[in-house]
Amino acid sequence: MKKVIANKEIDVNEEGYLVDFKQWDKEIGECLAGECEIVLTERHWEVIGYIHEKYEKEEPLSIRGIKKSGVINVKEFYSLFPGGPLKKATLIAGIPKPKSCI
Amino acid sequence: MSTKVKKMLFILSKATIENAYAAFVMANGARMEGIESEIFFTFFGLEAIQKKKLEHLHVATVGNPGMHIPTMLGGLPGVEAFATKMMKKEMEKLDMPPIGEFIEILSDSGCKLWGCKLAVDMFHLKREDLIDELDGIITIGDFYSRADQDGCHLLFI
Repeated sequence: MKKVIANKEIDVNEEGYLVDFKQWDKEIGECLAGECEIVLTERHWEVIGYIHEKYEKEEPLSIRGIKKSGVINVKEFYSLFPGGPLKKATLIAGIPKPKSCI
Repeated sequence: MSTKVKKMLFILSKATIENAYAAFVMANGARMEGIESEIFFTFFGLEAIQKKKLEHLHVATVGNPGMHIPTMLGGLPGVEAFATKMMKKEMEKLDMPPIGEFIEILSDSGCKLWGCKLAVDMFHLKREDLIDELDGIITIGDFYSRADQDGCHLLFI
C-alpha cells in the first residue's frame, strides 16, 4: 500500500515496513521514528548504520548479533528503541522486519 | 498489529536443555515484541541458573518419544551426551546462544530472573552458587504478585 511521509510517497506493507529500500532516505527514517515516538540521536544513527551494513551483506539480524556487534550492547539497544528494539529499528531503517525468533 | 499480552511469566521446573531453551526463547521473544517477561526457576529448573551446571544441561534421550530412538538405547552410556552435542551443534547453526550467554541477553533485555526460595533451600544452594544476573530469591506468592496488570500470562514449563 501507498503512504505519504516526509512529503514523499512510499510503498509499505500492512505492518508499515518499507517494501523497497531504495525509497528510503534519512528524512523518511526520522518521520518513521517520530511515529514510534523516538527522536533519533547520533547513537540511533550509528545503530541504523550497522543495520544497513548487515542488510547489504544479506546477514540476518538477531539480538545475539547486536550483542556481538561492537557497536552497541543489548541494554542500550533496548533503551534507544523501547518496546521491541529490533522490530522498531528495522522499521525506521527501511528494511524488512527480521524473521528470526531469537 | 497489537497484542493484548502485556507480560509473560514463566515457571521453569525442568533441567533438560529443550525445556530451558523453550523458556528462554519465549521470554526473549516477548521482550523483542515489547512484552514484559520474567522467569521463576524452581526444582530442577534451578540447574539452568547454577554457575557450575548451566553449561552442562542435557537433552533427555530416555522417556522422550520425540527422539525416535528406543528407550533402551537412550539409556546406554554416552548416548545422552552425544545427542546433546548434536543438538547444541544444530542450535549454534541457527545462532542460538549457549545458556550462559542467553541469560546475559535476557537480563540485559530487562527480563527478570527469579530463584524459587523453597527449591533453593531444598537443594541447599547459596546465593553465590547462582548466576550474578539473578534478580532475587523469592516465594511463589511473591512471583504471583508480579502479575500486577491486565494482560499477564503465566506458563509452567
